[in-house]
Amino acid sequence: MEFGPHLILASLEGAVIAAVLAMTAMGLSIVFGIMRVVNVAHGEFFMLGAVIAWWVAHLLGGHPAIGFIAALIFAPLLVGFIAAISDRLVLQRIDYDPDRTIVGTIGLLYIIQQVTLMTFGPEARPVEAPFNQRLAIPWFEFGDNGFEIYWPWGLSITSYKLFIIVAAIAILTALWVLMTKTKIGLIMRATQQDSEMARAFGVPVKRVYAWVFGLGAGLAAMGAVLVVPVQQAHYLMGHDPLLLSFIVVIIGGLGSLPGTVIAAVLIGMSDGIISVFFSPTLAKILATLLVAMVLVFRPQGLMGKLRS
Amino acid sequence: MTDIQRSNWLHIGVVIALACSFFILPEYHSGNLARILVLAVYAMGYNLLFGYTGLLSLGHALFFAAGMYGLGLAMQFFDFNPIAAVIAGLILALVVSICVGFLALRTTGVAFMIVTLMFAQAGYLTILYFGEYTRGDEGFVIQQADRMVGMIDLTSPMGRFFTALLLFAICFFIVAYIVRSGFGLALVAIRENEERATMLGYDVMRLKLQAVVISGVMSGSAGAAYALLFGYAGATFATVQYSIFPLLWVLLGGAGVTIGPLIGTIFMFYLIDYSSAITPAYMLIAGLALVLLTLFAPQGLAGELRRRYLPWLP
Repeated sequence: MEFGPHLILASLEGAVIAAVLAMTAMGLSIVFGIMRVVNVAHGEFFMLGAVIAWWVAHLLGGHPAIGFIAALIFAPLLVGFIAAISDRLVLQRIDYDPDRTIVGTIGLLYIIQQVTLMTFGPEARPVEAPFNQRLAIPWFEFGDNGFEIYWPWGLSITSYKLFIIVAAIAILTALWVLMTKTKIGLIMRATQQDSEMARAFGVPVKRVYAWVFGLGAGLAAMGAVLVVPVQQAHYLMGHDPLLLSFIVVIIGGLGSLPGTVIAAVLIGMSDGIISVFFSPTLAKILATLLVAMVLVFRPQGLMGKLRS
Repeated sequence: MTDIQRSNWLHIGVVIALACSFFILPEYHSGNLARILVLAVYAMGYNLLFGYTGLLSLGHALFFAAGMYGLGLAMQFFDFNPIAAVIAGLILALVVSICVGFLALRTTGVAFMIVTLMFAQAGYLTILYFGEYTRGDEGFVIQQADRMVGMIDLTSPMGRFFTALLLFAICFFIVAYIVRSGFGLALVAIRENEERATMLGYDVMRLKLQAVVISGVMSGSAGAAYALLFGYAGATFATVQYSIFPLLWVLLGGAGVTIGPLIGTIFMFYLIDYSSAITPAYMLIAGLALVLLTLFAPQGLAGELRRRYLPWLP
């Protein structure tokens, strides 16, 4: 096999993984950064997004694009709503006590997962992509005829996968604008820095927490809607995104948003590239051990700052 | 009667009652009880760390699996006899828990949970990676002929039950002894206020490491016993789910109470047993139990019992 074209293909596949991962991990990171809550049920919100996308596409029928656009709007809203409700019903009542929050969200994980199993069933179900042209990957060589471009046989990526990358960049940019340029973002950042002081200035902290929890879950759901035409919807699909998001958030520095994006690109790309050239299991072993070591020896993450 | 006498009678009474139950219960339930006793040992190991020392680990399946595979692989590839294989399992669990404890205890709080989770995940993936020997998710069966200790057949209902009870009783008395000793009280002091324990001159780091190691070896003994008594070792026992189970059992039964793990394991085992007959989504019960427990009874059944009626419960 030729190394160059395969590397391009692996990088593109890695970029798709990275794009979805960045959105999912960003949801986890926002929730951790603002609420100091470790949401173990985050992967299940991802899964719910994919499952709801299937329901929406299935109910609407017609051209796949209609179902896809509807899912892209409807699934994150619904998942965000479910998350906000569970914040109200469970997390707020235990006052975000760290140990009990973990146990409570583990409980939520199983409730969401198993209710999906009971209603959606154990099958993996596909959602059709709105468009899906194959694009061959070009490569060049300096042969007898000088410089020429050719298309190695069998190497291609679909237009939809490229769309995932673009869409993720757009959504993350929108999130960045929301967090830094708007009043909503200002309120969130104020709550993050000092929730008691924010409350003294009239910020409804509890409602902000519910919104933030919903926003985090909605981001995961949006990532899932984007990825579901490539990967099928299944009730156990939340497991890997959860672990990878944890890895990303820790490597990037707990609660640091730019760090999260950088780490997502790093982890996603290397996951894609290592999985193509080496064993995917080995890649995962190395990634999990790396994370454990980062937490042990550099708890502030690679990009984070030490909190006093 | 003093509180110490009461708790002695309680522990002895529980073991005697369990021994008698083998002759009273129908075979199906005494078979279940053997399984529950082994799992309760796992939960007791977990309780020592979570209930008494206040360290919430999300990676205890690693220790359970270390015991299980230490025994299983030693029997499969080196033809160890059961006793030597159990020792191999315990040694592997000891080594793993020393390594994990040494590294993970450098972190606290949420980071500790995630580090233990990650180590357990790496352990699970390692089992899959060496699938050639471990048979991965499929697992392997330990032959019935190998599971004989002297004249005792560990595959017969009686041999199995009383071996499980023996292990349970040993661990039960060890835990009962530890929590009353100065070491156990120092662990509780760490749970209640780590800074104050440090200030009083306790070597907190060393005490915590000892707690992790004892807890890990006890969990490993449960894993080894499980593989030996039920004749199967598989990667399923190293998954996150098996790290969550002991947490669930201990929370339900009562963290920081010696009989809590047994009570929690019995209740949850039968809850899941009955609900899995009705629906494949039986883990829903586990999820609901976790949420309801965190909301309404963070002290668990035995914890509530102690708070309301029996303040002397150890």
